[in-house]
Amino acid sequence: MMRWFTLLAASLLAGCVQMQSVRGTGDLGVVIERANGRVAVVETTGKTVLGRIEGLGDLSHASVVFSRDGRYAYVFGRDGGLTKVDLLTATIAKRVMQAGNSIGGAISQDGRLVVAQNYQPGGIKVFDAASLELLSEVPAAYGTEGKHSKVVGLADLTGNRFAYALFDAGQIWVTDLSDPRNPKTEKFAAGNQPYDGLVTPDGRHYLAGLFGEDGIALLDTWRPQDGARKILGGYGRGQEKLPVFKMPHLRGWAMAGGNAYLPAIGSHEVLVVDARNWQGVHRIPVKGQPVFVMARPDGRQVWVNFAFPDNGWVQVIDTVAGKVVQTLEPGKAILHMEFTPRGEAVWLSARDDNKVVVYDTATFKPLTTLPMQAPSGIFFTTRAARTGF
Amino acid sequence: MKYAAAIAVGTLALAAHAGEREAELIRLVRQDCGSCHGMTLKGGLGLPLTPEALGDKPADSLVSTVMNGRPGTAMPPWKTIISEQDAEWIVKRLLEGFPEEK
Repeated sequence: MMRWFTLLAASLLAGCVQMQSVRGTGDLGVVIERANGRVAVVETTGKTVLGRIEGLGDLSHASVVFSRDGRYAYVFGRDGGLTKVDLLTATIAKRVMQAGNSIGGAISQDGRLVVAQNYQPGGIKVFDAASLELLSEVPAAYGTEGKHSKVVGLADLTGNRFAYALFDAGQIWVTDLSDPRNPKTEKFAAGNQPYDGLVTPDGRHYLAGLFGEDGIALLDTWRPQDGARKILGGYGRGQEKLPVFKMPHLRGWAMAGGNAYLPAIGSHEVLVVDARNWQGVHRIPVKGQPVFVMARPDGRQVWVNFAFPDNGWVQVIDTVAGKVVQTLEPGKAILHMEFTPRGEAVWLSARDDNKVVVYDTATFKPLTTLPMQAPSGIFFTTRAARTGF
Repeated sequence: MKYAAAIAVGTLALAAHAGEREAELIRLVRQDCGSCHGMTLKGGLGLPLTPEALGDKPADSLVSTVMNGRPGTAMPPWKTIISEQDAEWIVKRLLEGFPEEK
């Protein structure tokens, strides 16, 4: 009787979760439904929603990193909430409020540390990835008046180090968390108002885009003694800057044929840079000011979305032809794009149409549409195995 | 009588139009201003736009900031997107506590 009862209880419990059979996580992901403080767990094989998790707070500008086993999504909310979501049960495993105003986070090379980057209070905080226990923090204090900078562009490097940029201080910091309770930080002058950063796929070069001046700050993390230097300075010289209604994002690292593709700021262009010598190669005219410039995993295509008021468009650059080959109108307010693990499809969030649209990247035809409430970021578990994601 | 009805219909249409524009502006502020100032307008890369944060700033200088931006900061000029009246409406609502999207 007792055993039967236990069995019944177990099956009742199982009935509560939304995914009942054993499965892997390699084709899973999450979509942020930002207006509702909710994330949808999705799978990219059948292109369906598996479950929804509510109660994640203010998810405007939410971003996500994954545990290395691809089971847990760490969701960083704007209100400082850090939520560990179990993709298999579609439940909240842990949740902490860690700051007043947060912009994202990263996970360490060994998967043991989750680091949040914060605007308020400006700095980074280090958490145990299993328990979300706070291990240490590095306040982004600068100058002599005790001011704290907003932190942007946090990226994981090898050796449990993290690189990030200080918007107000114009610096790049690299914090070594090999002893997570005793962070060691090196500081580098970067330039005026770095707005976001990224690390190259090999973890070697950290780039911070500059808003307050022309150019990009580049730090070779294998040669930190050389300091950060400026590349592409004056690359857009002579052109009048257009008003920037939305900061570009440098997260979607786009590299193909030895070239890096980066969003220009204040102009309707994608910048192509030779990643061997960091010289500008050419500039590709596009439909608006780029926000995300993301390479399909094979690097043959680069997909670009745009800032308001051109955010209904998406363009595709063929990296062999070196120009735009497709212009799509997938929906209203395309905020983000994410490729399936090997890139046969791309998922696009259309915030103002309350939908996610999936496109075939070979035919450029829509494959399916999933209803979502004000979707923003889309994140697939393939990120778990990639440096800088 | 017919004339009066026509006026009434015209006024209704105008009101509906204003309501639509206001809904658009609420969306614009929450979503697009929100990409820097936060959807809750409590701040992000940009400063907070709550009544407490804006309290002591004169409305006309706020309207000017919206229309012309603030050089040296990330605040762009919005005058190519919205009219002066739109900006005045937005600033008035910001100072009162900005409405939520419906």
